[in-house]
Amino acid sequence: MNAKKELQVSAIENGTVIDHIPAEYLFQVINILGLDTCENSVTFGNNLGSDKLGKKAIIKVADIFFEDDEINKISLIAPHAKLNIIKNYQVVEKKIVESPDKVVGIAKCMNPKCITNVEAVTTRFKVIEKTPITLKCHYCEKITDHKHIEII
Amino acid sequence: MDNKSLVSIDDYTKEEILEVLARAAEFEKNPNCNLLEGKVVASLFFEPSTRTRLSFETAISRMGGKIVGFTDSSSSSVTKGETLKDTTKMVSNYCDLVVMRHPIEGSARYASEVSDVPVINAGDGANQHPTQTMLDLYSIYKTQGTLENLNIFMVGDLKYGRTVHSLLMAMSHFNPTFHFIAPKELEIPLAYKIFMDKNNINYHEHTEFNDIINEADILYMTRVQRERFADPLEYEKVKNVYILKNDMLENTRENLRILHPLPRVNEIAVDVDTNPKAYYFEQALNGVYARQAIIAKALDL
Repeated sequence: MNAKKELQVSAIENGTVIDHIPAEYLFQVINILGLDTCENSVTFGNNLGSDKLGKKAIIKVADIFFEDDEINKISLIAPHAKLNIIKNYQVVEKKIVESPDKVVGIAKCMNPKCITNVEAVTTRFKVIEKTPITLKCHYCEKITDHKHIEII
Repeated sequence: MDNKSLVSIDDYTKEEILEVLARAAEFEKNPNCNLLEGKVVASLFFEPSTRTRLSFETAISRMGGKIVGFTDSSSSSVTKGETLKDTTKMVSNYCDLVVMRHPIEGSARYASEVSDVPVINAGDGANQHPTQTMLDLYSIYKTQGTLENLNIFMVGDLKYGRTVHSLLMAMSHFNPTFHFIAPKELEIPLAYKIFMDKNNINYHEHTEFNDIINEADILYMTRVQRERFADPLEYEKVKNVYILKNDMLENTRENLRILHPLPRVNEIAVDVDTNPKAYYFEQALNGVYARQAIIAKALDL
């Protein structure tokens, strides 16, 4: 191996790198973080090789530093994501995403008879288990487990 | 959100459960009063439920209140496509309290957030039916003199029966020992076993319905509902397995009482009805007192 591996997505001067996103969820992560309407430069790569995930995605956002509760929203679909905070081309801080205690308006309740699937109600869940992430609906009180989590 | 609402049995603490039961006993002594005089209660039944509705309407009438509402959604604006949100908002402007029955799960919690007045959940699909639980608790309390340290046997459909699940949650405050008698297909869901393990509650599971019930203080029978089964063959296999007959009660405890949320089909033989241990019809009457107490609490009366 070369000491310096070629970067698959070019480096940014300042901003945030979100690494280890499961490849199939790249565009959902982009949506959740509002990067689809972001004016800053956003570069990403998908279906890159990863020892852990098989195929992963990576996003680099220039000049944006996310708040914790903002970034934790992606933990539902990218629980192993890692953040590198970049200043002057150097990694100055590393972060991991953490599961929140509550999930509002991101996930869909898996119970087809739940009011949130019948009327325009913002979904609300309590996180009752963090690994694997398990949600309890505030309305119908049914459990949505990690295999059934769908992002709205 | 109005915290006076009763949506789920978990909304009540142990102290509140005991407070409502004590109040129910007062209403049983003096059912007629004028606590609700000048008050209007909206009774919104988006699906028919004669027993629950009449019980509520009797409770309200005995307290001197007026009732507005509908008895099924075909006679409401729902048929015109109005949302639950709009119906609830509109009605809550008119009245002091909403009593709601709705087939969609979580509808009561949502209504309680939209409504300006307290909402009492009279059943939201397969989710919660807390006033049934309170009348079950009142029946247990009345017949046993306590809720503490009882042997509670639950029989029949323990998988889908919401009354079973809510009673289990409510009784967990009172150090019970549970015995669950059900076929494998209808056993108590894992989530509740985890709950009991976490809370150090004793429970035993059986598939045989036999003299094990001699240990029981309360025998809670449930109906196995055909509509719960995707496969009709599965229903045919289990529908006649757990039938309570009078001769099975011979060696049971003196204080044993048999409860059933009603309606029953064939799971309690008719010859049990005259046994002094049969309590299901009185249980239904207790529903009026329990609901009077719940209404009084919701309105701070």
